[in-house]
Amino acid sequence: MQSLANIFWLIGKELKSVLGDPVMVILILWSFVVAVMLEASGAADTVQNAAIAIVDEDRSALTRQIAGALMPPWFQEPVYLNADQAAAAMDRGEIMFALAFPPDFAADTIAGKVPMAQLLADATAVSQAQLGTDYLRNIVQLESLEFLSGSTDAPPPDLRLELRRAFNANGNPVWFKSMSSLLNQLSLLTIALTGAAMLREREHGTIEHLMVMPLTPAEVALSKVLATMIVVLVAFIGSLLLVVQGLLQVPVVGSVPLLVAGAAVYLWAAAAIGMLLGTVARSMAQFALLVIVVIIPVIMLSGGMGAVESQPDLVQKLTQALPSRHFLAFAKAVVFRGAGIDAVWPQLALMAGLGAVFFTASLLLFRRSMSVTG
Amino acid sequence: MTESPETIAQLNNVRHRYGAVTALDDVSLSLPGARMIGLIGPDGVGKSTLMGLIAGAKRLQTGAVHCLGGDMNDARHRARMGGRIAFMPQGLGRNLYHDLSVRENLEFFGKLFGLGRADRSARIDRLTRATGLYPFLDRPAGKLSGGMKQKLGLCSALIHDPDFLLLDEPTTGVDPLSRRQFWDLIDAIRADRPQMSVLVSTAYMEEAARFDHLVAMGAGRVLAEGSPTELMQRTGSGSVGDAYVRLMQPEGTKDAPENAAAKLDPADAPLTTEIAILARGLTRRFGDFTAVDSVSFEIARGEIFGFLGSNGCGKTTTMKMLTGLLPATEGEAWIFDRPIEAQGMNARRRVGFMSQAFSLYGELSVRENLMLHARLFHLGAALTAQRLADLVPRFGLTEHLDQRADDLPLGLRQRLSLAVAVIHSPDILILDEPTSGVDPQARDDFWQLLLELSRRDRVTIFVSTHFMDEAMRCDRMSLMHAGKVLVTDTPAGIIAQSGTTSLEEAFISFISAALPPEEPSGPTTLAPESDVVSDAADFSLRRLFAYTEREAMQVWRDPVRLAFAFLGSALLLLIMSFGISQEVRDIPFAALDHDQSPESRAYLSAFEDTEWFAVHSPIRDALAMETRLKSGELALALEIPPGFGADLRQGSRAEVAANLDGADTGRAGTIESYVAGAHAVAAADMARGLAVPTASPLVQLVPRFRYNPTMASLPAIGPSIPPLLLLLFPAILMAVSVAREKEIGTITNFYVTPSGRAEFLIGKQLVYIGITLLNFAILTTLVVLVLGVPMRGNPMLLLLATLVYAVAATGFGLLVSMMSSTQVTAVFASTVLSVMPTLQFSGMLTPVSSLEGPARVLGSLWPTTWYMAVSVGSYTKGLGFADLSGALMRLAVFGPLFTGLAIALLRKQER
Repeated sequence: MQSLANIFWLIGKELKSVLGDPVMVILILWSFVVAVMLEASGAADTVQNAAIAIVDEDRSALTRQIAGALMPPWFQEPVYLNADQAAAAMDRGEIMFALAFPPDFAADTIAGKVPMAQLLADATAVSQAQLGTDYLRNIVQLESLEFLSGSTDAPPPDLRLELRRAFNANGNPVWFKSMSSLLNQLSLLTIALTGAAMLREREHGTIEHLMVMPLTPAEVALSKVLATMIVVLVAFIGSLLLVVQGLLQVPVVGSVPLLVAGAAVYLWAAAAIGMLLGTVARSMAQFALLVIVVIIPVIMLSGGMGAVESQPDLVQKLTQALPSRHFLAFAKAVVFRGAGIDAVWPQLALMAGLGAVFFTASLLLFRRSMSVTG
Repeated sequence: MTESPETIAQLNNVRHRYGAVTALDDVSLSLPGARMIGLIGPDGVGKSTLMGLIAGAKRLQTGAVHCLGGDMNDARHRARMGGRIAFMPQGLGRNLYHDLSVRENLEFFGKLFGLGRADRSARIDRLTRATGLYPFLDRPAGKLSGGMKQKLGLCSALIHDPDFLLLDEPTTGVDPLSRRQFWDLIDAIRADRPQMSVLVSTAYMEEAARFDHLVAMGAGRVLAEGSPTELMQRTGSGSVGDAYVRLMQPEGTKDAPENAAAKLDPADAPLTTEIAILARGLTRRFGDFTAVDSVSFEIARGEIFGFLGSNGCGKTTTMKMLTGLLPATEGEAWIFDRPIEAQGMNARRRVGFMSQAFSLYGELSVRENLMLHARLFHLGAALTAQRLADLVPRFGLTEHLDQRADDLPLGLRQRLSLAVAVIHSPDILILDEPTSGVDPQARDDFWQLLLELSRRDRVTIFVSTHFMDEAMRCDRMSLMHAGKVLVTDTPAGIIAQSGTTSLEEAFISFISAALPPEEPSGPTTLAPESDVVSDAADFSLRRLFAYTEREAMQVWRDPVRLAFAFLGSALLLLIMSFGISQEVRDIPFAALDHDQSPESRAYLSAFEDTEWFAVHSPIRDALAMETRLKSGELALALEIPPGFGADLRQGSRAEVAANLDGADTGRAGTIESYVAGAHAVAAADMARGLAVPTASPLVQLVPRFRYNPTMASLPAIGPSIPPLLLLLFPAILMAVSVAREKEIGTITNFYVTPSGRAEFLIGKQLVYIGITLLNFAILTTLVVLVLGVPMRGNPMLLLLATLVYAVAATGFGLLVSMMSSTQVTAVFASTVLSVMPTLQFSGMLTPVSSLEGPARVLGSLWPTTWYMAVSVGSYTKGLGFADLSGALMRLAVFGPLFTGLAIALLRKQER
C-alpha cells in the first residue's frame, strides 16, 4: 500500500518534469502526429511507378498487347529502346526493368515452340526486382494466353482466378503502414524517454537523494516506467483516434480497448528496455549510442519493414526477444483481422514476460551502478 | 558618462531580468582600474550577472556597459577585448575540462589566445611552478582537489596576461589552506603586474578585508561602495562582515528566517551519552585508490559533529557509507546500535541527508518539492500540513512557495534542501557541505536552524564544512585528510592541541604536518617575458584547431563511447544485412476443395509444387477458412467451387477464389503475384488439355538480374546499411557534444575568449567527421570482406561522398544542438528527428521514386537518400563519377547548409 503511494507520488514528479519541457512536448507531438502522417501517407506498394523499357525485335500484335498491359500504378509508360540503350539507361538508374522480345516471338508462341523473352532487372533493390519480375511474368503469361485464345481454333478452357484480399480488400498500403509507424514512434519515444529520465536523475545526483529515503529501487524504477507509459499511452490513444482513425481513415476491425491494452503491455516492455539502457550507460552520449544500436533492430526487424517469416531462421529466433515483433503481430490481428483476446493472448503474454525480464535485469544493474558512482 | 583613464569598467543604468525575476535593477557603477575590487552580497543579488555582463559573457538587456575603453554591446569591441579580459566563472572548475590533464587544459587556453608553442610551454611552466601545480601537470583536472582546481582555473585565466581579471566566487567550497594559498598567489600576481585590475566576488567576509575597493550589493542594486575601512567607518562596525550585515539589514530581512526570537546558546544543552552514530575502521576503496582509510568516531545523540578537510579527502564518501548509499569495503558503522547494512526501510525514516550536489528537483516548485518528500515519507495530510506550517516560515520560504527550485538563488535552495531533509523529523541529519556558496547572513540563519534542531528537537547532526566559523559552532569535530582522520576533539581542544590561536591556524598546521614536503612555490615571477599578440582576427585556424585537438582528446579519453560507436555500428551492419530479407517464402497455405475432382487436385498441385507455399491441412468449411485466416495461421486460402472439374471438362467458365491475408500490404502484394504465377502455370497446362500440369508455360520469361545476378539479399542490403549508420551515429554524437558543453558550463570558454562561432563549431565538428570516416573504413571492410559484396565502382569516389556526407550528418547534429540546452533534449531531438527519414524515406527498402506525397519530398530533402544512391551505385552498379555526379552535388548541399544554419543560430553570449 505504502509502496503504491510512493510510486504514485513519484509518477507525479516524473510527469511534471517531462511535460514541463516544451521541447519534449513538441517532439512527442511531432512523433505521434506529423511523423505518423508522413510515414503512413508516404506508403506505397513496393512496385510502383517502376520505369520499364521494351526492346522489341518482333513488333507483333502480341508484343504490343503485352506492352499495353503494363499499366500504372505499377509501371510507367514503357519506353522503346535498343539493347545497348537499355543497358546504359539501367546503369544511370533511369529504368528498373528492360523487357526484350526476340524476332518471331508471336509466331513461335502460336506454333507452341515456347519462345523466350528476356527480362533485365535492376537487382540492387532485391524485393522490387523480384516482385516486378513476378508481375511481368504473369502479365506476359496471361496476355499470351489471351492472345492464343483469339488465334487458335480450339479455345482453351476458361479458368479464372478471383483474388480476394481479406482484411484490407483494396490493398490500401496506408492501413498497415500507419500501424507499423505508430509502433516505431512508440518504441523510439518510450525507450528514449525512460532511459533519459533514469540517466538524468543519476547525472544530477538526485538518485542518491531518493535512495536514502524509504524507497526501494524497484519503486523508483517502476515509477519512471509507469510515468513514461502514461505519457506515451495518452499520445498513442490520441494518435490512434485522431490521426489513424480520423485523418488517415484506417478502420479498426477489432476492439479499440483491446488494442490500447496491448499497447500498454508493449509500452511496459519497451520502457523496461529503456530503463535497462539507462542503467547500463554511464553518460548521455553512451546512452544515445545504445539507443540507436537497439532502436534500429527494434524498428527494422519487427516485421513492419519486411515480413518476419522471410528472416533467416537464426535471426527469426533472435527477433523473438524483440517485443516490437510481438506487438506488430498483435496489432495486425486486432486492427485488421478483428481478433479477440482468445487469439492474441500469446503475444500479450510474451510482451509482458519480456518486459519483466528486462526490468529485472535493470534492477540488478541498478544496485550495482549505485555503488560504482560513489 | 565620460570614462576617466583609471576607470576599467563603467556601467550605466544596467537592468537584467531572467523571465519574471529581476537580477539587476538599474545598476550604475564605475570600477577603478589597477585595483583589487571585491563584489560582496548575498546570493541572488546579481553578482554573477554583473560579472558576466562586464566580461561580455552575458548579453546586455538594457543599459550600457563600457569596459576597457569600449562598448561591450559592440561585438567587434568584445572580440578585440577578448584577449585582455579573463573570466573565471563560479563553480569549482566549471570551465575546465575534467578529462584533460592540467597541461592539456592550459595548452588549450593558450592556443585559444594565439600563443605559439614555445611561448605556451614557457608560460605553463612558469604559472604551474608559481601555483604549485607543476608536479601535477599530467593529472586529469577532474582528479584535482577543489583548491587545485581553482588554481588551475586561475592559471587558465592568466595564460594570456589579461589586463582585467574577473573571478566569480573563486574560493567557494575550497578548504582554508588552499584558500590562503590562492590569495597569496593573487597578491603575488598583483605585485608582479600592478597595472592589472581584478574583480572578485566572494562570500567570505574575512577575505573582503583584503580588497582595495568594495562594492556591496543587495537585491539587484549597489548598496555601498568604498574601501573596506570606509565601509566600516560608515556603518560604525568593527569588521567588514559586520559592516556588510548592517548594510544588508534594510534589504536582507525579507528572506531571513523569522526566528530571531529563538536565539539559542550552543552551550546550554546537556549532551547525553546515548550513541547515535558509531563508526569503527570504516574503509572504502575505489580500485586501487583508498578514499576513506580506517575512519572511526562516535557521535552522541543531539550532538553537532563537524567534519573538516580539504576537498577530496573522503568526507563525502564517509557520509555516503553512513547513509548506506555506498557499501564499506572494510569496517562497520552503527546507527542507534544497529549496523548500517541491516537497516531496513524504517531506519531510513530516522535519517535526513543533504548531499553536496544540489539534489532537489529543479523543475518542481518549492511547495511541490516539500510535498513530494512529505508524501514519500508517508507523513499523512494532517502531519504534512503541520510540518509545512512549521518549516516554511522557519526557513524563510513563505514568499517563494510557488517558485521553481531552479529559479531560486543558491542560499534559498540550500535552505529548501535542509527543509526537505528534515521534513520527516529525522533523528539524524547528515549534511554534506550544506552552506557552500552561501553568504554569511544566510549561513548564520542556517546554523541557527541547525542549533535549534539539535538542542530543541535533539537531532544528531553530522555536518561537513569549509567554514571555520561554522566549525567553531560544532560540539565536536574531526579533521580529515587524504582519507584519514587526523584529530577528533572539541574545536577549542583542537586549537589547544595545535598550539595555535585560531581554528584556521590549527587546521593549516595539522594539514601541513600531514602533507608531504612540497616543492617550494612562489619565487618564480609570474610576469610575462613577451607580450601576447592577441589574435583578434575574425577567423583563426589556430583557434579552430585548438577546439579540434581538445575535442579529439576528450573523445579519446572516453574509449567506451568510441567502442559503442564502432562496435555498435559493426554489429548493426551484420544483424541488418543478414536479418532484412524481403523474399517471401513458405507462405502458409491451405485449400477448401469443394470439388475433390482430378482437375481440382491437379490445379492445387501447381501450388503445392513451388517453394513459395507451405501446405497446411485442408480446410473443412467456409467457417474454418475464416477462422484460420483470422488467427493468422493461414496467409492464403484457395477455394475451389463444386463442379470445378465438370465445368472445365465442358469448356465452360470455372472460377477459383484465392483469399489472402491483406493486413500486411507489402506481403499481400507478393503473395498475390505468386498466386497469379502459380495460377497461370496451372491454366496454361490445362489449356493444353493436360490433366497433370508440367509447369511448362506458353512462353518463357527469362529474367536476368543485373548487378546482383543471384538475387542474394546481402549485396543489395549490405551497401545500404552504412548510409544509415553513418548518419545516425555522427549526428547524435555531435549534438550531445555541444549540448554537454552548454549543460556543464564549459561553453563559457567560448563566450569569454576571442573564439569565433565558426571556429568553435567547425573545430568540434572536424573530430566527428574524422570519426565518421574511420567508421566508414570499418564498415566498408566488413561489407567487402565479411558480407562478400565486391566494390565494383571507384572507392575514392565513395570516400569523397562519405566525406561530404559526414559534413552533412555532423552539421545536422550541430543544428539540433542549437535547439537543445540539455543533453537529454539533444539525444531526444536528434533521434526523433533523424531516425524516421533515415530508415523510411531514404530509399533503403522502398525507392524514393515509389514513395508518395510529403514522404517523397522529405526523402529527397534528406542527405541519406543521395548518399544511398552513391553507395549502392558504387558497390553493385560499379558506377563512376559521371553517373553519380548529380547525387553527389545534391549531397554536397546539406553539409554547408546545416552547419551554416547552426553557426548563424549560435549565440556568442549567454542570455
